[in-house]
Amino acid sequence: METAIAVENLKKTYQPKTRKGVEVKAVDDISFAVPRGEFFGLLGPNGAGKTTTIGVLTTRVMPTGGTARIEGLDVARNPVAVKRRIGVVPQVNNLDRSLTAREILLFHAEYFGVAKHAREAQAQQLLERFELTERADEKVIGFSGGMVQRLKIARALMHNPAILFLDEPTTGLDPQSRHAMWDLLSELHAKGQTILLTTHYMEEADLLCERAAIIDHGKLLALDSPAQLKRSVPGGYLIELMARSGLNDSFANALRALPGVVDVKQEQERVRIYADRAEGLLANAMRLASEQGVMVTDAHVAEPSLENLFLHLTGRSLRE
Amino acid sequence: MTATMLALLHRDLRVARRELQYFLLRVGLQPLLFTFIFGFVMPRLGIIQRGYTEMLLPGILGLSMTLSSMQAVALPLVIDFGWTKEIEDRLLAPISISGVAIEKILVGILQAMIAGLVVLPLAWLLMGVHLSLGLVEIIQLLVVAILSSWLFAAFGMVVATIVEPQQIGLVFNVLLAPMIFFGCAYYPWATLHVIPWFQRAVLLNPLVYANEGFRLALTPQMPHMSPWLVYGGLLGFSLLFTWLGLRKFAGRAVD
Repeated sequence: METAIAVENLKKTYQPKTRKGVEVKAVDDISFAVPRGEFFGLLGPNGAGKTTTIGVLTTRVMPTGGTARIEGLDVARNPVAVKRRIGVVPQVNNLDRSLTAREILLFHAEYFGVAKHAREAQAQQLLERFELTERADEKVIGFSGGMVQRLKIARALMHNPAILFLDEPTTGLDPQSRHAMWDLLSELHAKGQTILLTTHYMEEADLLCERAAIIDHGKLLALDSPAQLKRSVPGGYLIELMARSGLNDSFANALRALPGVVDVKQEQERVRIYADRAEGLLANAMRLASEQGVMVTDAHVAEPSLENLFLHLTGRSLRE
Repeated sequence: MTATMLALLHRDLRVARRELQYFLLRVGLQPLLFTFIFGFVMPRLGIIQRGYTEMLLPGILGLSMTLSSMQAVALPLVIDFGWTKEIEDRLLAPISISGVAIEKILVGILQAMIAGLVVLPLAWLLMGVHLSLGLVEIIQLLVVAILSSWLFAAFGMVVATIVEPQQIGLVFNVLLAPMIFFGCAYYPWATLHVIPWFQRAVLLNPLVYANEGFRLALTPQMPHMSPWLVYGGLLGFSLLFTWLGLRKFAGRAVD
């Protein structure tokens, strides 16, 4: 398989702006490779280093260490050649506010040297596919979040890029627009488009990505298909108990001895039980709790999910 | 010039053409008022001599063109970098970062030239200044116009990339007022020899070279700065600000 994106030991450290400031390692030694045609996800909470990684890959951020290559081209050395091969859908709305939706597409293609008749046909086709024809000749101020997002993707596709980068494309969209966006991205991928997407939504990575990298604090914690990632959580099933009092090590040890339990993590008023199966386990855990005088105030059972994996890897929830 | 740069220019000119009426109002209003008061009202009142308008015409043209070009570059850039992030759309075009910056400077020069084409005939007619423009003067006028516009387009880029967006209003006021008053727009530099320290101090002001350049081309019979100082100043400041502007632009454009 041909490699579309290759990232090796990538680092980006921001030097403090003031003398008292602290150095920030936004990306801390990340490596991964994306073959042509893959739908790849970077999954992590806000501030994990996703946008910085995409920034380096799209020539907008200078790495301070390691290399990033797009179709074999070093992004730091050949930014112009790299820009020809990529389409970028940034997180912020950077649509040209002085132009109409159609003009935005046409001028974008003109920047990339697409011939006039070709760009006009392409713009019309994308406007239709992305359901933007009704307001195609209006300026974009006043477009809804979903329309802005669709237009940004249409713009990125105007020059037929080899790789499409999407930075949190569904953040801030209502559920309906989000599902429409997912359909659209699946369709692009089905046509063979290589896509790199960042998200902090587990279900988005789970649904769309063939492989996902979980990153946090600039480090890559895990990289595999969503199914494999979920399976890699010890136990996979998670039972979470909240207790008002009585939590102690002997309770945790007793839980560990229960059949099917893989791991138990205890912190303050919360116990997380990772297990291979959930049947009967909750009842057993509750029985143990009452035997040991632990006052359980809340219990929650979760199916294997990327959310659980993230919890397992970092000890905190993605949504915190 | 690459195809991408031409496409960027095409975009900026399309937008400028759409906003032509505002542009004309912006560049035309102040010179119009100026020429009316100083060129028409005050000479009639006998407050200033008729000859003063000849001294004033090059200054008004100089101010209009330099301010146009500076604003054409600085204001959109401040908004782009500070708020809309629209500049990222241009930075992803297949062109080097300096290419994007140079295109912005070219747009500034073009806008200033258009402003000049509007203001010069306007001021000329209203003031009734007698201009005898031969071929040499016209070439000189063109060279001065291009250099002055270039200088201030580059200066606009320096200002827009150095100053925090929240302070741009303050900077425009604090920077522009002394520049205009010390810019030899309302008095020829050569006559400043009566205040020698002031005559030397204003040489730090790039606007002086633009205004004196227009004086040189339009009213060579009036006192003016020597040509080599005019062209040296214009070219020197243009190169300095272009170098600085491109560096700062790249610093803002890439993280």
